[in-house]
Amino acid sequence: MQQDSQKGALMAAISREEVAHLARLSRLAVTEEELDTFAGQLDTILQAVAQVGEVAAADIPPTSHSVPLTNVLREDVVVPGLTPAEALSGAPDAEEQRFRVPRILDEDVAS
Amino acid sequence: MTTTTLPAYDDVVARYEPVIGLETHVELGTNTKMFCGCPTDFGGEPNTRVCPVCLGLPGSLPVANKAAIEATIRIGLALNCSIASWCRFARKNYFYPDMPKNFQISQYDEPLCVDGYLDVEVGGELVRIGIERVHLEEDTGKTLHVGGATGRIHGATESLVDYNRAGIPLVEIVTKPVPGTGALAPEVARAYVTELRDVIRSLGVSDVRMEEGSLRCDVNTSLNRPGQQWGTRTETKNVNSLRSVERAVRSEMLRQASVLDAGGRITQETRHFHEDTGDTTPGRSKETATDYRYFPEPDLVPLAPDAAWVAELKAALPELPRLYRRRLQLQWGLSDADMQSVLNAGAVELIEATVAAGATPAAARKWWLGELSRRANETGVELADVGATPHQVAELQGLVDAGKLNDKLARTVLEGVVAGEGSPTEIMTNKGLEVVSDTGALTAAVDEAIAANPDIAEKIRSGKVAAAGALVGAVMKTTRGQADAKTVRELILSRLA
Repeated sequence: MQQDSQKGALMAAISREEVAHLARLSRLAVTEEELDTFAGQLDTILQAVAQVGEVAAADIPPTSHSVPLTNVLREDVVVPGLTPAEALSGAPDAEEQRFRVPRILDEDVAS
Repeated sequence: MTTTTLPAYDDVVARYEPVIGLETHVELGTNTKMFCGCPTDFGGEPNTRVCPVCLGLPGSLPVANKAAIEATIRIGLALNCSIASWCRFARKNYFYPDMPKNFQISQYDEPLCVDGYLDVEVGGELVRIGIERVHLEEDTGKTLHVGGATGRIHGATESLVDYNRAGIPLVEIVTKPVPGTGALAPEVARAYVTELRDVIRSLGVSDVRMEEGSLRCDVNTSLNRPGQQWGTRTETKNVNSLRSVERAVRSEMLRQASVLDAGGRITQETRHFHEDTGDTTPGRSKETATDYRYFPEPDLVPLAPDAAWVAELKAALPELPRLYRRRLQLQWGLSDADMQSVLNAGAVELIEATVAAGATPAAARKWWLGELSRRANETGVELADVGATPHQVAELQGLVDAGKLNDKLARTVLEGVVAGEGSPTEIMTNKGLEVVSDTGALTAAVDEAIAANPDIAEKIRSGKVAAAGALVGAVMKTTRGQADAKTVRELILSRLA
């Protein structure tokens, strides 16, 4: 994608298909018209961001963090958290002291 | 499931070569979660160990647990891995309510430990299993599906979620593909998970209990014709015991062979292992679903373990299980088969501690593999939980060695120990179980037995020494078993000489 954007405005930075795929992964219901709109808008955003790539010289390493820090760690000490009532207070629904959500099918747990 | 008859295992391994791979998750036994200070103890009421961080509330920020990082580096070192000098956490994005953030913090292309190995013994042979990576992530919450058949997602209408487990540090250990094990593939898989469990237990970083889910295993299996390239693999999940690891590989080998024999193709998919039937059924198809859109976790700064820290951790590693077992086997003078039965009984540490408390290796082994193993089997508990401690067993043996208990009395005393009646000495004294060593009383009992059985006595007098057994029995009866049979026998023979 990065390579594509460097080729300039002729090549779209993101395709309509990619936007549809991302929308599905994010469980967003997007209409056909919206796909056209968002693909265009996202493309403009990505092209704008890609301009950074034009000034980034080979001697500037890519970075994911803005602060030059490593190893920010905490000691393994218990800190009081929330009560179940507090934890569930923002939940749309609860049952048996658990968060109640619509079932999700055809998905697997992460690990 | 299909009703196709599966081919015979011997036939399958004669025609196909299996390649296996294992992905193991270990919950670390830290006090707190990976990125927040919530406690990790097992079995609390739902949602009682949660906070804004592990609930993914807006504005909360994770901070990595130093003890978990250290434990992971130690696991990596024990598995002969290189430790990354710089690495990052990554977000694994997916849509499922077991993580409230809609992503799991994991590691992606920069794992903490890479490229190691673990040697395991299978049938007296050493097999080296390559370790691809060891990385750190957070465990997920537990979902309970309701509205349909309880606990099953199919037919359920709602899920109830408990986030107590969400955020507990989870170490993922991935092997390199293991080819070339042939018919032994199922056993190699089991031996690997067993050895890995023992290594991690020896490090003291997790209780590694498969039945409680603190050690979980996914098994990859593929088959190929000899000389051809590796086949498409399937990943079997829900493998919850060491025995199941072996069964899952075997069952998947048979299933894949029957598909390939029929001219079919293996689909790359996740399959679920069923403990009751021992077979696997298809889960999600990987081709359609996996797109986790990993990217570096912006809320956590990179991890850069310095060389001095890693060296310090390496120097402090304990003796690893294989070397430990080898050392004890030599010390105890056991054959491979005898050592194996000690291992199978889960008695290594118990015998070691009993020897340390003063018993000979032979005596310690006798009690733990004999009476106490039998008892543990009967009551369905682990040997370590049978109710006797190594110290008590050593004390019991001390009483036997001192001639205060004979074998039969010692077993009676041991029953009392297991029943929680006190120390061996206390039980012996309180129940009056001590061997009758007063020769006067013994001689009287012997004379009584001789008088009551004149014909047997006559036989012995005429040289039929074997007949003494009947008189020994009579004396043991009058002394209620509290005499030393050998002493009694000597006494009888001397009276009738």
